Amino acid sequence: MVGIVSYGSYIPRWRIKVEEIARVWGEDAEDIKSGLFIYSKSVPGPDEDTATISVEALRNAMNRKSVKDVGAVYVGSESHPYAVKPTSTIVAEAMGFTPEITAADYEFACKAGTAAMQSVMGMVESGMIKNGIAIGADTSQGAPGDALEYSAAAGGTAFIIGNDNTIADIKRTYSVTTDTPDFWRREGQDYPRHGGRFTGEPAYFRHVTSVAKKIMELMGTKPEDYTYAVFHQPNGKFPTRAARMLGFKESQIKQGLIVPYIGNTYSGSMITGLSAILDIAKPEDRILAVSFGSGAGSDGFHIEITKNMEDYRRENAKAVWKQIESGKYIDYAIYTKFKKKIKMGD
Amino acid sequence: MTIPRYWREFQHRYRLIGTKCPKCGRIYFPPREVCPYCHRESIGKMQKVEIKNTGKVYSYTVIHQDVPDFKFLKPYLFIIAEMDSGVKVSGQLVDVSPEDVRIGMPVRISFRRIREEDRAGIIEYGYKFIPDE
Ligand SMILES: [Zn+2]
Repeated sequence: MVGIVSYGSYIPRWRIKVEEIARVWGEDAEDIKSGLFIYSKSVPGPDEDTATISVEALRNAMNRKSVKDVGAVYVGSESHPYAVKPTSTIVAEAMGFTPEITAADYEFACKAGTAAMQSVMGMVESGMIKNGIAIGADTSQGAPGDALEYSAAAGGTAFIIGNDNTIADIKRTYSVTTDTPDFWRREGQDYPRHGGRFTGEPAYFRHVTSVAKKIMELMGTKPEDYTYAVFHQPNGKFPTRAARMLGFKESQIKQGLIVPYIGNTYSGSMITGLSAILDIAKPEDRILAVSFGSGAGSDGFHIEITKNMEDYRRENAKAVWKQIESGKYIDYAIYTKFKKKIKMGD
Repeated sequence: MTIPRYWREFQHRYRLIGTKCPKCGRIYFPPREVCPYCHRESIGKMQKVEIKNTGKVYSYTVIHQDVPDFKFLKPYLFIIAEMDSGVKVSGQLVDVSPEDVRIGMPVRISFRRIREEDRAGIIEYGYKFIPDE
């Protein structure tokens, strides 16, 4: 059955605290922390971008299991380093997969990575390829002083998807898509805009909960049948509330809820939470995973851990929570330099 | 660096591909066409090898000089690493402050941006070292 053969994540080392951003903009840090349920976020180094994060995540996956016969590599992101020139070609070359491989970049706000997963699943199931790679990674940008600046973070996760030796079978996937203007960025603009309160009810909650409910209906499952659940994490509040609305307990979402410490890694968000769950999951554990991308849509997955997980070398790469804990804090001045928000002379 | 030269050097910059002398077994990085010990006997026989990406700091220096391409990283560390396979590889060490580096510190290869021509130009990628804890 089609599923995850290997997985790996990468979170840049640098962090900035909510207090530090609030200090600069004269805002109340406690207010923001309790409002967003975010304490700090990850910041990429000046020499990191979506391509480098993708390669590092994929190298971690390959260190856990070296998979031969890779027929496709798709990278989902809303911060591809080039406007025209694919990130996936850089990733394929860095891994030594070229030239006999198909590659493309995906875009769908925060769910580009799960869209890539679905494509690879279809290609594997049809027999077109033996194994394929789906990556979701971002170095997202929030306008200085905007609420998004507290959450827009960097990170990514890579999945090697195939039919043989899966550590986690994907038993069902289901999506919902509508044209919803909750968040956008026009060509040539540095920062995105969002529809304020509009981002909650009609966008995030409607898509996430309807996909979760439908998957449970299709599988004949109830919330208590899952060991873990993970939802897209634009902040800590939204996934926690979605879980409660659906009837999931805190104990089911805790392992995959990484946003309070590293922020929203956009295309890397839900799937890096899923990666944190895979770091500890045992055979027969069930996972419900639902992404969300503004614009808008959700992809849901019903996942079951297989016996192969017992011999799988998870220890060959750093676990997600271990990466979260090894962060180093920087101040707002260094942050603006790293993010290249300073206007330089010629 | 010109685009054609950057493109030719992709392999060894992206993945640390060196060459191995089939006669004496020595590994070279950057890749060499001829083994300086076995000379003629190695010509045309050097094999491509991917160098395992872990090693330790053999020597280091802190660079304070104002190099335009590395302005955002100054001061930065430049090291010679002794890789697990024995070959010595030099490069930048990032994600660590100069005061925290030490000889013998475990490092590994990380894929990073090296430089860009300008804001409209090609982005050059390659390897750097990061601490391996
Ligand atoms: Zn020799």
